[in-house]
Amino acid sequence: METPIQETPTPSFPRLGQPAPAFEAQTTHGALRLEDFKGSWLILFSHPADFTPVCTTEFVAFAELAPELKKRGVELCGLSIDSGYSHIAWIRNIEQKFGVKIPFPVIADINKEVATLYGMIMPGESKTETSRCVFVIDPNGVLRAMIYYPLTTGRNMQEILRLIDALQTTDKHGVATPANWKPGEKVIIPPPATADAAEERMKAGFETKDWYFSKKSL
Amino acid sequence: MPCKDSSGEVTEMARKILAIMAEGAPLNEVAEKTDLPLYRIRSAARELVEAGLAEEKDGSYVVTEAGRTAMETVSGKA
Repeated sequence: METPIQETPTPSFPRLGQPAPAFEAQTTHGALRLEDFKGSWLILFSHPADFTPVCTTEFVAFAELAPELKKRGVELCGLSIDSGYSHIAWIRNIEQKFGVKIPFPVIADINKEVATLYGMIMPGESKTETSRCVFVIDPNGVLRAMIYYPLTTGRNMQEILRLIDALQTTDKHGVATPANWKPGEKVIIPPPATADAAEERMKAGFETKDWYFSKKSL
Repeated sequence: MPCKDSSGEVTEMARKILAIMAEGAPLNEVAEKTDLPLYRIRSAARELVEAGLAEEKDGSYVVTEAGRTAMETVSGKA
């Protein structure tokens, strides 16, 4: 009799535009579920490990970014494959050594449940640590953006803020945003879908290079 | 946000949340009055229900007799 082959569970990989995977996890703020964040934007991010230098710079930077995010209705939630006690000790250490209080919860994903759900572990980099992942989840629980950075490279907080501004501008005005867009700059009007609409677009008074490429100020 | 400490006592924040809930406030109002984010209040409300200190009815939270006893004990009435 043949022994059935034991297959390693394939980590899931979330998809943009679909509901973010639901979870319940122990955090430094107690047990939290994804649904607890409903109605707010959420930046769920992972870091490789507590008490490591690049991660420490990122935690300080995320904490400094938190007030700007709060103005935009965005909550933060960190995660790594460390225990809650490790998180608490590290957060206290950051406050003592860097004078920065960490205002957001950090998931103690010691069993890798959430990390596996979100595809945060890149075995080519490390099988025991999460890479530097960022998941932007909207108030309806839909995954709207993902950023992945390698273990060696700290994230750019201004890009994360820019991404939030772009997504919120898109939702509010039904527009897209061009390369390197920043708030206050012109936005892209979605291209017309019919030949008649293309003709109309040329006469609409927007800043138009051609029928498919129009910008406007908000 | 655990509603009880390591000795099993209801925490000060849990008592504060219960007191605001007892006024009939919805969770978003509890968040405003405690200056805590709504996600923490939702988590706390769930724990209060699990501890038998509050009940959820049609999306609203009601403080139970045990919850009122916990509040009164702290305020020195019991």
